[in-house]
This record gives sequence, structure tokens and C-alpha cells, in this order.
Amino acid sequence: MVGGLYALIALGLTLIFGVMKIINFAHGSLMMLAMYATFWLATTFHLDPYLSLAVTVPAAFVFGYAVQRGVIAPVLNAPEHNQLLMTLGLALVLDNLALVVFKADPRTLLTAYSQSTLPIGPLRLNLPRLLAFAGAVVITALLAVVLKTTDIGKALRAAAEERDGAALVGIPVPRVYAVAFGLGTACVAAAGTMAVPFFYVSPDVGNVFVITAFVVVVLGGLGSFPGALLGGLLVGVVESLGGLYLHGSLAQIAIFALFILILLVRPDGILGTPHAA
Amino acid sequence: MTTLLEVEELSKRYGGLQALARVSLSLGEREILGLIGPNGAGKTTLFAAVSGFVRPDEGRVGFAGRNVVGLPPHAISRLGLARTFQLVQPFPRLSVAENVMVGAFARHPAPRDAHRHALDVLELTRLDALATRPAHTLSVGLRKRLELARALATQPRVLLLDEVMAGLNPTEVDETVAVVRRVRDSGVAIILIEHVMAAVMQLCDRVAVLHHGELIACGAPADIARDPAVVAAYLGEEIH
Amino acid sequence: MLRKAGLAALLGAAVAAPAVIRSEYLIGTLILIYFFAFVGQGWNVLGGYAGQFSFGHALFFGIGAYTSSLAFIKWGVSPWLGMWLGAAVAVAVSVVTGHLSFRYGLRGAYFALVMLAFAEIFRVAATNWEWVGASFGLLVPLRGNAPMLFQFAVKRWFYYVILAMLLMATAGVARLQRSRLGYEMVAVRENEAAAAALGIDAYRVKLIAMALSAGITALGGTFYAQYFSYVDPTIGFGSANSIEILLRPIIGGAGTIWGPLLGSVVLGVLGEITRGFVKAYAGLHLVLYGVILMVAVVFLPHGVMGLWRRH
Repeated sequence: MVGGLYALIALGLTLIFGVMKIINFAHGSLMMLAMYATFWLATTFHLDPYLSLAVTVPAAFVFGYAVQRGVIAPVLNAPEHNQLLMTLGLALVLDNLALVVFKADPRTLLTAYSQSTLPIGPLRLNLPRLLAFAGAVVITALLAVVLKTTDIGKALRAAAEERDGAALVGIPVPRVYAVAFGLGTACVAAAGTMAVPFFYVSPDVGNVFVITAFVVVVLGGLGSFPGALLGGLLVGVVESLGGLYLHGSLAQIAIFALFILILLVRPDGILGTPHAA
Repeated sequence: MTTLLEVEELSKRYGGLQALARVSLSLGEREILGLIGPNGAGKTTLFAAVSGFVRPDEGRVGFAGRNVVGLPPHAISRLGLARTFQLVQPFPRLSVAENVMVGAFARHPAPRDAHRHALDVLELTRLDALATRPAHTLSVGLRKRLELARALATQPRVLLLDEVMAGLNPTEVDETVAVVRRVRDSGVAIILIEHVMAAVMQLCDRVAVLHHGELIACGAPADIARDPAVVAAYLGEEIH
Repeated sequence: MLRKAGLAALLGAAVAAPAVIRSEYLIGTLILIYFFAFVGQGWNVLGGYAGQFSFGHALFFGIGAYTSSLAFIKWGVSPWLGMWLGAAVAVAVSVVTGHLSFRYGLRGAYFALVMLAFAEIFRVAATNWEWVGASFGLLVPLRGNAPMLFQFAVKRWFYYVILAMLLMATAGVARLQRSRLGYEMVAVRENEAAAAALGIDAYRVKLIAMALSAGITALGGTFYAQYFSYVDPTIGFGSANSIEILLRPIIGGAGTIWGPLLGSVVLGVLGEITRGFVKAYAGLHLVLYGVILMVAVVFLPHGVMGLWRRH
């Protein structure tokens, strides 16, 4: 079930990579911020996590847009490793600011339905996890429609295909990049918000999900949207199977091993289009 | 005349595009062979296939007593076949002399010897005055010369030069022509991809013409200029 | 001449420092500055000179720390010997990871990610393996003042050990920079295709760089374990440690001899200046490092060293 969330996080990551060719190391930090925002809205304003999506997702879009403009844009033409370092620096700042403000202790939000389960056939599924999965599917479908039909969606895909060509036909590439980063941030924020009812919040919580999301995008092919979905589900399955047969966090090893294997054998992913070096 | 390099029936296909179609060429000792043809004729692909950067689909490349097809580029370079790139690729953060030194290490493992040899090469290519300049500060013309010097520093027996004169002003072209001649006189055989026809006519012993991946003519420069197939190939194309 | 005199004066000051500085705290600060410069120099060989950015160098650090500590705890092997065992293990592991990565032509972000994943595998494995202390980690048993066992009653001796290690690493890198191998590394970093055209086997060069880099970093791991008498999976193999290792050479100037030390001094001094605030808020120094990293990436793409190298 967590596979859906992975897919959503990975979708944001792959959107940013697909359009800008930047691997966003701060992705987990952005998710963590959304989780704290959700937590805070719930404890202070008694806003239900699912309702707070209406706040966190637009806020994340604006935040992502601004971050791209202020922080990522200056290094767009810099060597690849400098772009990596930039997002790494951003992650350091966000994670540790959170540490300063919220302290290290993990917090959990207990809702009336946190422990509810829904019987489906022989299985009893945890309600929040089920909702998160459904939400991830809906948001993904929405995003797909936006990318396919709207002008900004078409501009995004054009910029992803061919940056200089897109600029030539009059697409405002810098703004499109900022929109892409905003959308990517909104995706991961939605995932973060929907994870709050069943997962703890802490300054380093983003890493738990995002290292896995890296696996997902690489598995599906960096920049490939269907790849992110397929990868998310696949990793979800591998994780639960690994959890069945391997003790505790050893299941993670299965994921990393899978990750390395894919990077080595098919760095363009299962659905990615291989490009010449 | 002994043959140094023997290209036999080399073919390379990219999807639907036949970049090289059974191209055969040979290069003799101290020979300068011009390689011309319209853009997209397969000239650079031929260089890439001969030097190991691209694996041809079929054919063989005889060099240093063996077929070098399938060897990695560095191994072919060590056998004595050096190339330059059409888009010059100096090591930007190294100085001019250091750039050439990297090439010189191929035959002179000790840094001191490599440095000395690099200075000799810089003199031969008339770059000695710029030895300490960082490579990224050079003009395009000088970068092309540096590219040549660096390849030369590996002390090759065969040198493949990919458009070392494109974009140079007439004075620079004359200088480079003189440098290429000196290189040949020092005992190196050269294949030259070039659009600057005056330089081709002056320098080359023979000229080979590629068109759509096929070798359509090969002979003395004066004969090539009159060859009807060559003229037809260039018709409708911009003459550079 | 001036350069040599300057270096000699610096070295003299470094050697004399513990005699002049009475504050144990300040000595401790210097030890950490040298220590981070040392492991940064290890990273610098692969990341700076050969241009392969590793985001998982904690892998080699952790191997060094764990190997010497385990050898001491389980078999009574002196860490002086254990540190070389650790380096050997790290080199062996680096050859495997390097072969896998470079054989398949992995580079850039992909290489960074794969190194991160390798380090994470070791972290998770160490967390789950009782024999190596699982999540609690390893406490190096204290034997009082035992120089033969890499344990000293006063910090001053640790100071001299890490100073000597740093000197050797720096001298080694200075020598490397002027050697054939050093030039080949830079050539591969600047342009792999051009390097290959000049007869350089990029795969071999990167593999050697990785092995050297891993060995140096592992030696640093042993020093850390002896100095703090403790290592656990997160300290050893965690991604935060990987970031700490690459931060200083990047800020000081990757691919330069003095970059790692310079970066370490800059961060060390800034850390001390802001210590007042930092103590009150855990994590604030890392916020600061993050900001410095971001500023450096935009304004000093070649690090602090780039300031006077550019002209």
C-alpha cells in the first residue's frame, strides 16, 4: 500500500529530473516540511490531515516555485555536480532548521481513524494507508491529465524534450522550470500530508521515504512518469516481501541491492529511453 | 611505399541512416590523405570507427600489424594512432604545456621527460610562447592548434585531424598548413578532414571523397576536383 | 622560496601549538579541523582530482573505524596495525564498488547515488549484525595511557598523530598532483573522451583513484574510533557522515592540494564563532554549513582556492 506513496514521491522527483535534469536531494526535506505543516494544522487548528491537503499542496507549489527561482536557477548552467551540491545544501538547511525548530523527537498524530481497518476479502487493510494509496492514484491521474491537455503541461513536456528548442518556439523556459519544481514539490507534499495519519513526523523523516523514492525513479527510469508508477508499486511489493522473509530493517537491504543492480545494469530504468553517453 | 593503415569494407549504420557503407582506404608512410565530402557524409564517423570510439558493424581496420576493431580507444592510441576532435576538447583547467604533457606521458612516463617532450612539441606547433596559459583562455584557433599538439605529443605514426582549420582566419590557416607539413616531415602519416579546399589542395598527396557514407572517389587532388561524381555530390550543397 | 618559508612557518606553528595552547578545548578543535581535512583529502583524490563525486564515502570511513575496533576488541590487535587492516579492507571493497560502477560507465549523479546506496547497505547491515554491535555500535575498551594501543591520556598526542597523518596525506597528494597518475586523473575529470584519445585508460585511472581515496578515508575512520573510543552504524556509515566528508574539500576547493585543509579551517573557525548560538540549538551548525555550501556553489564554484587561482 505504501507503494502508492512511493510512486507519488517518485513522480515529483522524476518530474523535476525530467524537465530540468537535476536530481533533487532536497526532495525528502520538502516532504518533511509538508508533514510538519500538516501536523501543525491538525494540532493548532484541528484541521483534518486530508482536508489540510487543500492548504499544504498549494503552499508547497508556491514554495517549490520560489525555491527554484531563488536557489536552483543560478546553477542551471553549472556543471552537474554543482547542481547536486546545491540541492544537497538545501536539504542540509531545511532538515537542520527543522531540527532547531521542532527538536529531534518524532511526533505522531493520532486521529480517530489511525488504527481503523477495512476488511477487503480475507485482508484487513489499514484505513489511512488505503486512503493514501487512493489519494496517490487520484493525484497521479490528475497530474497526467494536466500534462496531457493543458498548455503549461505541454510546455513542460516540450521543455523536458528539448530545452533550446522549447525556448526557440517561445516557451518561457525559466518559468516552466519553476512550475515543474513547484509541481514536483506539490506531489511530495501531498504524499507527506497523506502519510501523517500513519507515520511519525521528525526532521529526518524525509530520508526514510526519499531514499526509497530514488530507488523507485531509477527503477522506472529517471524522467519517466509511467516508470515512476510501476517502480513505486514494484518497490512496495519488494519491501513487503522483504519484510516477510527478512528480519526488520534488513528488508531495506533488498531495496538497496535492487537499486544498485538497476543502476549498474540499466541506468535508464525499465521504461526509460536509453540515451547515448 | 609501405601501408601504415588499412581500412577495409568498414560499415556503420545508425537506425535508418547508413553512416558508412563498405568504405575502404589505405594510408602510406608520410602520406597526407585528405578526406572531404558534404556535411553528414560520414567523415567524422569514419574517424570514430578507426580510433575505437565507435564500433563499426562490419569491416576491419588494419594497423600496427593487427585488426584494431574492437579495441578500446586508449589501446588504439597507445598503438600509435592519434586523433583530434571536431569540437575541440582541451582540458580547460590545465595549462597549455600541461595539456600537451598529458599526451606526452604516453611515451614518457617520467614527468620531467614528459614536460621536456611537451615543450618540443609546443615549439614544433608554434605554441611555445603560450605554454603557461590556462587552456580555457585560448582563442578557438589556438585551441585547435593545441588539440593537434596534444595528439602529436603521443608520438603517433598515424594522425587523424578533424577540421583543424575550420573557423580560422587566413593567416591562421597558413600557419596550420605549415605546421601540418612539418609534422609530416617529422615522419607522421596524416588523414585530414577539411572543408578549407585551398588547404586540402596544397597539403594532400591524395584526396578521398565520402558521400552518404560511400567512398565515391579517391585520387590526386587535381583529378578529384574534375571528377564528375564529386562535382555532382557537391551540387546543391553549400561549398565551404 | 617565499612559498617554502611560509609552509615551514605554518608547520612550525602547528608543531609548537600544543606547547603554547593550554586549553584542552582548543586542542580538541584543532584535532577535528585536521581530522576533517585528512578525510577530506581522501575524498579529494577521487572527487577532486579524478572528478568522481562520491556521496557515500562514509562507506570507507566506517570500514576503517569498524575494522580496527573489531580487530582490537575481538582479537586484541593493536589499532596501529588495525588501521592498515581497515585500509586494506576499504581498498578491497572500493575495488568492487569501483569496478561495478566504472565498468558500466556510471558517472555524475548516478555514481553519486550508487555510492550512497552502497554506504546505506553497510549501515543497515551493521545495524542488524549482533557481532559488530548492531545498532548500539562498538565501544573501544579503554586501557588508560597506552600509546602502543593508539590510546593517549592527553589530547596532545592525538593532536600529533592526526597532524602527522594530515602531513603525510597532503604531501602524498602534492606528489600525486605532479605525477603521471595525477595528470591522468585530471584529464579523465576534465574530458574522458579526450583522455582516452591520448591513450589513457579511464577505467583503470578511476579505479586507482577510488582505491587510494578509500584507503586514506579508512585510516581517518580508525583515528576517529580511537579518539572518541566509539563508533556506531550511523556515525560510521550514515549519509550525514558522507556529507561531512565531502563538505570541506568542496568549500576549500576540490582538486587542489590545500582545498581540504582550507575548507576545514573555514568551517572550523565559523563553527567556533557561532558556537554560542549553536550550543543552544542542536543542528544550527549544519544549517550554517548548508548555507555556506549553497553560497560556495554559486559564487565560488572552484572553492576558496579558486579565488586566487583564477588569475
